[in-house]
Amino acid sequence: MSISVDIHKSFGSFELDCRFSSEGGVMGLLGASGCGKTMTLQCIAGVQKPDSGRIVVGDRVLFDSEKKINLVPQERHVGYLFQNYALFPNMTVEQNIECSLIGQSRVNHTRIPKAERKDRISAIIKSMRLDGLEKRKPAQLSGGQQQRVALGRILIGSPDIILMDEPMNALDSFLKEKLRQELIEILSDFNKDAIIVTHDRTEAYEMCEHLAVMDNGSVVASGNAKELFDHPGNRTAAVLTGCKNIATAQKISDHEVFVPSWGILLQSAEHVREGVCAVGIRAHYFYPAEVRNSNPVTITETIEQPFEWIIKFRYAAQDPASEAIWWRIPKSGHALPAAEVLGVAPEDVLLLY
Amino acid sequence: MDLYPLWNSIRIALISSVLVFFLGIALAYYVARLPKILKGVLDVIFTLPLVLPPTVCGWFLLMIFGAKRPFGMFLAQFGVKFVMTWYGGILAAMIVAFPLMYRTARGAFESFDERLAWSGKTLGLSNSFIFWRIRMPACKQGIIAGVVLAFARALGEYGATTMLIGYTPGKTATISTTVYQLWRTDNDHEAMLWVLVNLAISAVVLLAVNLLESRERKAGKKVKA
Repeated sequence: MSISVDIHKSFGSFELDCRFSSEGGVMGLLGASGCGKTMTLQCIAGVQKPDSGRIVVGDRVLFDSEKKINLVPQERHVGYLFQNYALFPNMTVEQNIECSLIGQSRVNHTRIPKAERKDRISAIIKSMRLDGLEKRKPAQLSGGQQQRVALGRILIGSPDIILMDEPMNALDSFLKEKLRQELIEILSDFNKDAIIVTHDRTEAYEMCEHLAVMDNGSVVASGNAKELFDHPGNRTAAVLTGCKNIATAQKISDHEVFVPSWGILLQSAEHVREGVCAVGIRAHYFYPAEVRNSNPVTITETIEQPFEWIIKFRYAAQDPASEAIWWRIPKSGHALPAAEVLGVAPEDVLLLY
Repeated sequence: MDLYPLWNSIRIALISSVLVFFLGIALAYYVARLPKILKGVLDVIFTLPLVLPPTVCGWFLLMIFGAKRPFGMFLAQFGVKFVMTWYGGILAAMIVAFPLMYRTARGAFESFDERLAWSGKTLGLSNSFIFWRIRMPACKQGIIAGVVLAFARALGEYGATTMLIGYTPGKTATISTTVYQLWRTDNDHEAMLWVLVNLAISAVVLLAVNLLESRERKAGKKVKA
């Protein structure tokens, strides 16, 4: 279901000015903590009220400050997966899920017969693989199980769209990767669209088709997730999509920029437009064997990680005041690589405006 | 031994703690969501009886409900008289017990994770369902503690009670006023009997609290395992 959001809210010195839309599928809001992404979700769900703006899901207007429309959360048909899952601690798994049916029959003014209730609850328990845990309290469940209860509780009410606030944050890191795929499968099994709020770029890249990058209360870049990682377009988006090396740059020609602090010229595959202000090079995209954009370097520091090396280096003519450049290289059984020159393919030079 | 003071004390304490329960919860719930300044002012007013001497509270009650006061005279038209009646004792006990219920309930409400209420709302649940089935159970411990404290305080109330309803044997006498009267009239033996009754009730109440707490703790442990 499509969603379009255009809201404004100020509190204290913080200004939330968030505008994005999605035609469906899984959409991601990527941003550092405190950038307003959770507040945005809460405004969509109706538990916070924007100062002004408009929120439309499908053909239903949930909020419109001009037309004085502000549906209560109960009438928005929006599922909300909280960061801590917000399961009711005094109720069992079954009762937690049943709450959604109680709410649904209240909102729709229909009575769901007891037998049907039971069938629907046991069906959702089965599809969430929670068999045998029906009588447990949330505190007796693992993080992954809690997440499935919370999801089941949302899905049984068949909301128009599901909002997820850092869905993986409360999980142990070794579980995260496994559960990311599981979550995506559940969403596609139930044919549900979602908005996922996250600060984790891997999560955003893997789970979302579309991304909006948020910084300091507003959306600074948006588009197809893969394209956005390939062409972040501006500094903030580059940083948030994980680009480690960013430096101010000047246009020299249509395919060439000069980076003063690194003391090098870089060829770019993309056409350099007027107003380019910086370049970014991702830490994975340096190659000793690459002959293009190849420059002498001095390695200053090496950090060993489980599966890769992080090597910090400086260009020969680099400004001593500027930060060392990060190069990440998979270990793949090799010893620490020594490199005297490093090259970058022109298509890997990100032009930032 | 005339058991009237026991019966009178218990009914006053029970009725006043039930009333204080609802009043304390309602006011705690609404005050917790008021703007800061208003909250601070109301907080002071509602907590005042806790720090004022009970006799001062009694004096205020007399100023309002006294037989010659406008409000007292107004109530008298309907045959309601809080001065020198047993149910006046409910008023006195409520005034002094209220801050205990109010403060503990407010503390419990403020530590409640509002996201639980929000998730209830997004699931379509009514506000009263969320209040009674989610918020109250989550704040259960604080609220039970508040009720027990309020009950114990109401049972032991002396100062405001003696100001408002005095001591009339068989009519307004409570355990605490009886102990004082018996001691004043040199009836140490019977005074001691009432002291023992009071001790027994207090012990039972405290024991009940401890039992409740340890049951909670056990339930908590089971949950963790």
